Amino acid sequence: MASVNIRDVRKAYGATHVIHGVDIDIEDGEFVILVGPSGCGKSTLLRMIAGLENITDGEISIGDRVVNDVPPKERDIAMVFQNYALYPHMTVADNMAFSMKLRNAPKDEIDARVNKAAGILGLGPLLDRYPRQLSGGQRQRVAMGRAIVRDPQVFLFDEPLSNLDAKLRVQMRTEIKELHQRLKTTTVYVTHDQIEAMTMADKIVVMHDGIVEQMGAPLELYDRPANLFVAGFIGSPAMNFVKGKIKAGAKPCFETEDGTIMPLNTAPEGSDGRPAVYGIRPEHFRLTEDGIPAEVVVVEPTGSETQVVARIGGHEYVCVFRERVTAGPGETIRIAPDPDLVHVFDAEGGKRLSR
Amino acid sequence: MSDDAMVARIKPARRETTSWERLKANRNWLGFWFMVPAMAFLILFLAYPLILGVWLSFTDARIGRPGVFVGIENYEWLAGDTNFWLVVFNTLFYTLVASVVKFAVGLYLALLLNERMPFKAMIRAVVLIPFIVPTVLSAIAFWWIYDSQFSIVSWSLRNLGLIEGNINFLGDTWNARWSVIFANVWRGIPFIAITLLAGLQTVSPSLYEAATIDGANSWQRFRYITYPLLTPIIAVVMTFSVLFTFTDFQLIWVLTRGGPVNATHLMATLSYQRAILGGNLGEGAAISTAMIPFLFAAIMISWFGLQRRKWQQGEDN
Repeated sequence: MASVNIRDVRKAYGATHVIHGVDIDIEDGEFVILVGPSGCGKSTLLRMIAGLENITDGEISIGDRVVNDVPPKERDIAMVFQNYALYPHMTVADNMAFSMKLRNAPKDEIDARVNKAAGILGLGPLLDRYPRQLSGGQRQRVAMGRAIVRDPQVFLFDEPLSNLDAKLRVQMRTEIKELHQRLKTTTVYVTHDQIEAMTMADKIVVMHDGIVEQMGAPLELYDRPANLFVAGFIGSPAMNFVKGKIKAGAKPCFETEDGTIMPLNTAPEGSDGRPAVYGIRPEHFRLTEDGIPAEVVVVEPTGSETQVVARIGGHEYVCVFRERVTAGPGETIRIAPDPDLVHVFDAEGGKRLSR
Repeated sequence: MSDDAMVARIKPARRETTSWERLKANRNWLGFWFMVPAMAFLILFLAYPLILGVWLSFTDARIGRPGVFVGIENYEWLAGDTNFWLVVFNTLFYTLVASVVKFAVGLYLALLLNERMPFKAMIRAVVLIPFIVPTVLSAIAFWWIYDSQFSIVSWSLRNLGLIEGNINFLGDTWNARWSVIFANVWRGIPFIAITLLAGLQTVSPSLYEAATIDGANSWQRFRYITYPLLTPIIAVVMTFSVLFTFTDFQLIWVLTRGGPVNATHLMATLSYQRAILGGNLGEGAAISTAMIPFLFAAIMISWFGLQRRKWQQGEDN
């Protein structure tokens, strides 16, 4: 096991720069998830750690060794690909043993390791099958088995769950997390799914357009997003944003563009009249008698909670309530954002203003 | 609508359906008629000539005289004909050497063309040129290249000071054999290279990346990933290549007409010479029919080669 350190890493394809200086420290045994929309450079960064892409500038080290010029096979990493990349002409056992056979490992050792990995992943009965005879989840497990057999310093996962159906994805999510808790191997995991990131990671790195927007523990990102992008990206349904300006004073508040007054606990110093963006998560609205009157647009009950789209002024807000909402479209409900849990961002640049 | 009303509406309609209407709606019946043209074509131009050829080989037919059944007399006669056995040897040698070389060079070219390189599309087009030139035209070009007096090869080598006199490409037994093989290889490579290239492009790049991370060098990636994944296509393309080479006619006929002293005569050319030029239809047909076991063997080898690979049956990975 080893730490991974990424120092001011850049990547350019000719004149096109896709990663603009990224610094990430991954501790030994940590489960780090790189998350971001497609094209943000997260997969490229992972492939640079793996050695499948050259590093244009900067430094990547695994353990204490700078690996910029070390070929992939000497980096002591294992990678799980999005399409699994199982060798279709080899059985499950051969797929897992391939790396050791290339190293001319003794047959006993190969068998022992393959069987151990198969045991961990419950692949024992499938060892003689070919990849095409396996279901998606089984293929996924074989791909992980291939990585485990190598007992690497670092596991790299490139969107490993995106080819699975929703139910299996949730199941494999748990399995991967369990596996990490058991093996404690440093893991770098790429996904575009923020729920995967939130549920699995020790540390999330949110990337966007080739830069790191924010890095931190999942709940830290949820509670204190550093900017508008992270605020909108983390959390589902996404945070509501409304433009307006801060009104400081004895009882600070936020006035939206259409004149609605939203509660605010404290206003940042010297921010009176400053144009800003008010952010409130759907689950941080409360139904309350003295709330702001809102017109119901759509009600979507999911059983455990109710999602309501409500209009205040000219703006629609998504709210999620644990209570059941009986109001129908066109009716009025009274809702209030929890002032302790609202976020205020600078209208220019989107930086977080509230504490 | 109540159930009764439904029944009342459907029942009379059911009685009106005639068997002809049912036939019209039958997809198999329609499919049969769509198949008829192709079937007629195959029977008329493929099955009938083949059967007729086999039948002729058991007769003593000559041009202008329908023969009578003579049993295996033609084959007995061929078995004692040293020329025939020389031609069988020529054909096997020609097919074996040309196929092996075509495969090796074709695979090499395919691997090369699969790499990232400048002007890739143009180079791919250039590789196809030997394939799109009509065989007879390229054969005539080779005829000039191999000419005993005006050969550009001899001329070049002479001017470079490498040889004294002209090379007698088509006049010497073994020179002629190697020359026609070279011409066949030149013409056959594009087919193999382009088909294998198509096969190479179906191999997912992530397999190579996975193998790279697993520690495979470029030879091991070829040996353990590319080659096994390409075997189904290799089997198909080499079967075709062997069949085409074994039955080659045009190239030989234009270049050497089987000479010198039958050194480049193949079974197809000998059959033509004896049947059409010599007029012995029965004997010529027997030579042609004698090709069938060889071709059948080639097909069987590739068939059983394909059967073994159970990993590729069913849906792809």
